[in-house]
Amino acid sequence: MNKSSSVVEIAAGDNSTSAFDVEKIRADFPILSQKIYDGKPLVYLDNGASAQKPRQVIDAMSDLYETRYSNVHRGVHWTSQQSTNAYEAGRQKAGAFLNAASDNEIIFTSGATEAINLVAASWGRANLKAGDEVILTHMEHHSNIVPWQLLRQEKDIVIKVVPIDDDGNFLFDEFEKLLTDKTKMVAVTHVSNALGTIVPVADVIKAAHAKGALVLLDGCQAVPHQSVDVQALGADFYVFSGHKLYGPTGIGILWGREDILNAMPPYQGGGEMIASVTFEKTTFQKAPHRFEAGTPAIAEVVGLGAAIDYVNAIGLDNIAAHEHDVLQYATERLQAMDGVTIIGNAREKAAIVSFVLEDIHPHDVGTFIDRAGVAVRVGHHCAQPVMDRFGVAATARASFGLYNTRAEVDTLVDALEETRKFFS
Amino acid sequence: MFDDLRDLYQEVILDHGKSPRNFRRPEDATCLAHGNNPVCGDTLVVYITQDDSGKITDAAFQGQGCAISVASASMMTDIVKGKTVEKANRLFEGFHNMCTRDDFNVAELADCDEDAIDRLVMLSGVKEFPIRVKCATLAWHTMQAAVNGDQETSTE
Ligand SMILES: Cc1ncc(COP(=O)(O)O)c(C=O)c1O
Repeated sequence: MNKSSSVVEIAAGDNSTSAFDVEKIRADFPILSQKIYDGKPLVYLDNGASAQKPRQVIDAMSDLYETRYSNVHRGVHWTSQQSTNAYEAGRQKAGAFLNAASDNEIIFTSGATEAINLVAASWGRANLKAGDEVILTHMEHHSNIVPWQLLRQEKDIVIKVVPIDDDGNFLFDEFEKLLTDKTKMVAVTHVSNALGTIVPVADVIKAAHAKGALVLLDGCQAVPHQSVDVQALGADFYVFSGHKLYGPTGIGILWGREDILNAMPPYQGGGEMIASVTFEKTTFQKAPHRFEAGTPAIAEVVGLGAAIDYVNAIGLDNIAAHEHDVLQYATERLQAMDGVTIIGNAREKAAIVSFVLEDIHPHDVGTFIDRAGVAVRVGHHCAQPVMDRFGVAATARASFGLYNTRAEVDTLVDALEETRKFFS
Repeated sequence: MFDDLRDLYQEVILDHGKSPRNFRRPEDATCLAHGNNPVCGDTLVVYITQDDSGKITDAAFQGQGCAISVASASMMTDIVKGKTVEKANRLFEGFHNMCTRDDFNVAELADCDEDAIDRLVMLSGVKEFPIRVKCATLAWHTMQAAVNGDQETSTE
């Protein structure tokens, strides 16, 4: 997938964007033409936290509100039919995006966090008992740690953690040693948000299935950067958030295998998820509606659908090649700086580079380079265990998206040099 | 490029950030508290020693954080030493107002020690950086937690 050679060949896409034209892409994102702090161009390198939105997404959402908005699945009237069609089209797009076997496998949630909580609460409560084991990795986002800990309080399950090496590589041998007959769930990140490490998830799934365990993949940092085929991977659950994929906030996807979903109890009760209700007995819909109680995030689903169309039109392979080039350039330039240590040098990485400057705390770094117009994330990235693993409380993290350029990396590096001068 | 940052990152603050005073763990501390800022991951422990009358006879800290939070902890421990808890709380209240209120007037602290006020005014440059106010106040919150007997505090 990501080639490690320094020459990046950009494949011609089978669509209108025959070559990757970053300036044309940038023009789609209104916020990127903004100047901040008296005329500095906004250099947005915090895509791992949330990505900016192209005009196509913003327009799709306003268009729904302006022309055919209504609640979905409930009205006999024209607007409701139109909104329902738009909403269900969003489900089809998400299904195709992950290559789901059926659109019924796509459940809309408020984000990855809710999706993982849904699996832990519904599948976990129904299927796990005291002593059963859940395996996580040392580089999980808090949202793939805490829901399992909440379940542990209730069910007395055992949580095991796959270690990583000093470069941030997933240690496959150690993972295999942790797998036992009691392992029921392996919940791992596809790509680490703090380190950029790409986890060899296909091998993880094979090994887990051989022991009869299910696998949940946290795809938040993977889907913006590479194409994902849940059937080819053989995964059981896959989750991601729309806002990191150039879509709106408040919408995320839980994909699950249909047979597993239909055997799971509801997560929340309410309208939309029932087949019939009497005070004596209520019967539930099948997936996906069983897990979508209440009025959903209708415009956000439409926005997410537009975001999926947007990245598909450019082509995820083209995006991956472009981002890989920017990542490689950023890595080289940061490595060439005095007093910079990159945290996370895994063999396979997505477009994320976490680093620390000698003797300057990441918060100070963040405040300084912000004045140069450069937005990076500083802190523990909601992944405290991985920070502890590297003995740092925080890092600065540049995470690249499809619109970032080598020139923006230069702005980052110049701002870091200036910051070092200030503090020396 | 960084002109507007000079108000916040003054020489004195950089110096306290680099070589913090009272960065130690006193054996005879009578109370301590852990402070953390969950947003940033800054953590520190503040140690307070009080005499029988409740006066603060020693204050120290350990931990890690950005230049602002370390400088603030360094100055806080210098400032509260030799003061009563009431006086220390009063200074914190004043400092908090300085960092958050547009209409703050130093005259409100007329009853406090001038040297302390000068230092706090210097740190109050964080007012222009709302996200960093917590960095500047963490040590003070933690000091208060220690003397109140709360072992943990957090800026959230
Ligand atoms: C790897 C990973 N998992 C989960 C999440 C949580 O996503 P959300 O806050 O959108 O639910 C994030 C977002 O920071 C992430 O990077």
